[in-house]
Amino acid sequence: MQKRIYGVETEYGIIFTPEGRKTLPVEKAIRFLFEKLITTEHFLNVFLENGARFYQDTGCHPEYATPECASPKQLIIHDKAGERILEDLQLYAEAKIREEGIPGKLSIFKNNTDFVGNSYGCHENYLVDRDVDFYYLAEQLIPFLVTRQIYTGAGKVFQTQDGVHYCVSQRAQHIYQKISGTTTNDRSIINTRDEPHADREKYRRLHVIVGDSNMSEYTNFIKVGTCSVVLQMIEDNYINKDFTLRNPVKAIKDITYDVTCKRKLRLDSGREYSPIEMQREYCEMAQKYIEQYPVSDEHKLAVKMWQYVLDCLDTDPNKLDRKIDWIIKRRLIESYIDRHGTSWSDPKVFMMDLQYHDIQRDRGLYYLLERNGAVDRLFTDEEVDQAKTEPPQDTRARMRGEFIKLAREHSIQYDLDWSNIRLGNLLNVRVICNNPFETNTEKVAELVRTIQKTNLRKTSLSKLVIQS
Amino acid sequence: MARFINQHSRNDSNSSASIWMAASGEQKKKSKGDGGDSSETESEGGQKMAKKGEELKEDMDSLMEEIDSVLEENAEEFVKNYVQRGGQ
Repeated sequence: MQKRIYGVETEYGIIFTPEGRKTLPVEKAIRFLFEKLITTEHFLNVFLENGARFYQDTGCHPEYATPECASPKQLIIHDKAGERILEDLQLYAEAKIREEGIPGKLSIFKNNTDFVGNSYGCHENYLVDRDVDFYYLAEQLIPFLVTRQIYTGAGKVFQTQDGVHYCVSQRAQHIYQKISGTTTNDRSIINTRDEPHADREKYRRLHVIVGDSNMSEYTNFIKVGTCSVVLQMIEDNYINKDFTLRNPVKAIKDITYDVTCKRKLRLDSGREYSPIEMQREYCEMAQKYIEQYPVSDEHKLAVKMWQYVLDCLDTDPNKLDRKIDWIIKRRLIESYIDRHGTSWSDPKVFMMDLQYHDIQRDRGLYYLLERNGAVDRLFTDEEVDQAKTEPPQDTRARMRGEFIKLAREHSIQYDLDWSNIRLGNLLNVRVICNNPFETNTEKVAELVRTIQKTNLRKTSLSKLVIQS
Repeated sequence: MARFINQHSRNDSNSSASIWMAASGEQKKKSKGDGGDSSETESEGGQKMAKKGEELKEDMDSLMEEIDSVLEENAEEFVKNYVQRGGQ
């Protein structure tokens, strides 16, 4: 599939730290985040003007699902915009909680693990052809997903009985299955959830739940860019090698503990590859593939970056200390240890590991580096700011976004999900859009025209639309 | 879009030098070695290198100060209390 829909759902960690004796449980603190969002929808679950969905998910995590995006670049900009939206809400909520007489700090982290071993995810969604056999797709994709953490990992400081270690990935330790249908226990590399929010005859949804949440724009872009190139190769039946790992779940954990990225993994065929070698195989195939098949410029760029990153990992990983999250963070911590003459077991080190992911830019260490020009960016602040309110213009999100703006302007009751708009007093007018590539269905256009023309109050609208 | 592609096509050349070089001593050694002890033998390149090294070191110092100023003071307690319910 050359044209594809992309989406990312990011679950954030949240904690309230009181300054005095009075405290606030997290399930109450999180409600303040939603207070600022004006909507007629359910509390704790809203669609925003930019087409995204923001809601409280399992385990009291604020979750931001990007709108449907049409390219990796658009997707990563929208994922960043989600951070910025949450940052605004955090500032508002913290002040509000203070006004309620509970001074303290509300911290929100874009990471995937807490201190005692709980995990929350970053789920990538790719729309794929229904024609492709799912198990073929999964088998081809799993070796790639297991080994890609060497350039997509967000890094983690990890305490075991024999000391403190630095791991490549946040999420890898929480994976127990190759493929499964659950997300809260027995987490898998690929989840079988098949809700395409589109025509089921044509499309299915690939739900990848193995990835880390990324702070670095570069890491995030290469994560989605390379995965969609590999997907396209699989859809075109281009991959003719068998990389099936003997034990993918063990491999994913072995790799995260191996910061050299060079320890060998055993394949079903008996051959052995290091994660770098395995990725090189995929990357070399991709290089040939993009010469022969129509591929977008963005994907070509992703392949180029991929090769560069693998070369660096092979020869001098520190060359990636401006680009790849786990290496940026490791360099930061190493320099801190060096400067302060301390060690990896210093609590400050664990704090840095966490605070790197703080989305509040005045506190977050990733943003401190960004401000000082110490990390490479791919996008501008203007692009990210625009995505806070503007939906992607070439997907269904555009219609949703326009509808929300107008409905709010005219105080119209509505309720939404990804492919439905319901409106009117009894929410009895329903517009269905099953095509995620559709940017303006006649039904919605008509509805919008009616709203614009008549400037109707809530009371008479539903009737009018039904009659028309 | 074309601008985005062109701008980022050359991976290694568009990024500035790593700020961490000063901390690891890589840059310091280089500047001393190239500059030499005697000012008479200092080449222009050496001077530049030394200057660059110093700049990086200054950047690094201010960066570290900034980190100290924002890093959570009660690190041990904060990290210990950072317990989330499992998500998805």
